Amino acid sequence: MIFGVTGAALVALGLYGLVTQPALLRKILAFNLLGGGVFLLFGVVARRGAVADPVPQALVITGLVVAFAATALALVLVLRLFQITGAATIAEDKTPP
Amino acid sequence: MSLVLDVMLALAVIGVAGWTLLVRGNFPAVIGFVAYGLLLALVWVRLGAVDVALTEAALGAGATGVLLLFAVVRLRGGKAEIDAATPSPPQRVAAAILCGVVGLGLAVAMLNLPDPAPSLAAEATRHLPLLGVGNPITGVLMAYRGLDTLLEAVVLVFAVLAIWSMAPDRRWGAIPGPLFPVQSSGPLSLLARVLPPIGIVVGIHIAWVGADAPGGKFQGGTILAAMGILAWVAGLWRLPPVASRGLRWAVVAGPLVFIGVGLLGFVIADGFLSYPPGFAKPLILLIEAAMTLSVAAAIVLMVAGPPERPA
Repeated sequence: MIFGVTGAALVALGLYGLVTQPALLRKILAFNLLGGGVFLLFGVVARRGAVADPVPQALVITGLVVAFAATALALVLVLRLFQITGAATIAEDKTPP
Repeated sequence: MSLVLDVMLALAVIGVAGWTLLVRGNFPAVIGFVAYGLLLALVWVRLGAVDVALTEAALGAGATGVLLLFAVVRLRGGKAEIDAATPSPPQRVAAAILCGVVGLGLAVAMLNLPDPAPSLAAEATRHLPLLGVGNPITGVLMAYRGLDTLLEAVVLVFAVLAIWSMAPDRRWGAIPGPLFPVQSSGPLSLLARVLPPIGIVVGIHIAWVGADAPGGKFQGGTILAAMGILAWVAGLWRLPPVASRGLRWAVVAGPLVFIGVGLLGFVIADGFLSYPPGFAKPLILLIEAAMTLSVAAAIVLMVAGPPERPA
C-alpha cells in the first residue's frame, strides 16, 4: 500500500513537471517520472493477490521497452528542433528566428 | 523492519523525483533521473517483480540515462528563452493543485481496491507446463500475450526507422552518432576492454535463463547493447553505416523470426502465434534468441541517433 501511494505521488509529480517545465528535455524527464509512477501502480495491483500476478508485470516490461523507444524518438526530435531553430522550448510567443 | 525499509525507499523515490524536477541544471536532473530509476528498481524487487526490476535498472535507468546525457551535452543555451516560457507563480500553483488532486484521486483509488484482488496468477501458472517454460512472465510475454510482444518488437524497428529519418538527406546511409576518439589510457579505456567480455556472457545468460528464471530478451539485449555502447564510446568499436545490410538484418531479425513462427502456427498449430503442444519451448527460445540480437541492435542505434558522419 505504501508503494501504491508512492506511485500516485510520482504520477502527480510527473504531471506537474510535464505541465510547468518549459524546456522540452525537462518535459521528457517529467514524462518518464510519470510513466514510472503508472508502472508502479500496475506493480502494486499485481502484488495484491496471494502470488504476484505475472500478467500486469509482463505488461509493465512491454511498457518499459516502448517508453524507452518513445523517449529516444522524443529526444531526437528535440535535438533536431534545436539544430534547425535553436529553440529548446515550444513556447508560442517567442520572436521568430 | 521491512515496513521501515519500504517507507524509507518510498520517501527516497519521491524525494529524488522531486529533486529531478526542481534542480536547475539539466545535467544534475539527468543524474537524478538515473538515481530515480535505480531506486524504482529496488521498489520492484520489494514488490517481488525481479523481471521488471531488471528491465527498469537496465533500460529505464541505464539506457535512458545514456540517451539523456547525450542530449544534454548537445542542447546548449536557451536560458533566457526557458525563463521567458516559464509559467507564472499563480499558474504553477494552479497546476500544483490540479496535479495534487489527480495524485490524491489515484491514491484514494489505490487504497480502496476491490477485495479479494482479481488475479490471473493461477491461470497463468496452470498452463505453463504445456509451454515448457518455468517463468510465468515469459509465458505471458511469449504465449498468452504473444501478439503484444510481437507488436512491441515491431515498435522498436519503427523507432529506429523514425530516428534515422531525422537525418538530413545528404547524410542518409552514413554512420550514426558522433565519432569518439580511441581512448588509449584512463578508466574508460580500461572499462571498455575489461567489461565487454564479462558483460556479453552475462547478457546472453540473462536472455537464456529468461525461460525459467527472471530475465529474458529485453533485459539480456539491453546488457549486450550497453557493452556495445561502452566499446563505441571508448572508440574501440565503430558503428556500421545505416546502409549496411548486416546492421539492418540485425534490427529486423527478431521481428521477422517472430512473425515467421507466428505464421507457422497456421500450419502446425491452431492459428497465428500458437505453438504446437510439446514443441512450444524450442520455438519460444528461437524467437527469444533472435529478439535478443534485435533488441541489442535497436537499443545501440537508438542511443547513437540519426546518421551524422559520411561512411
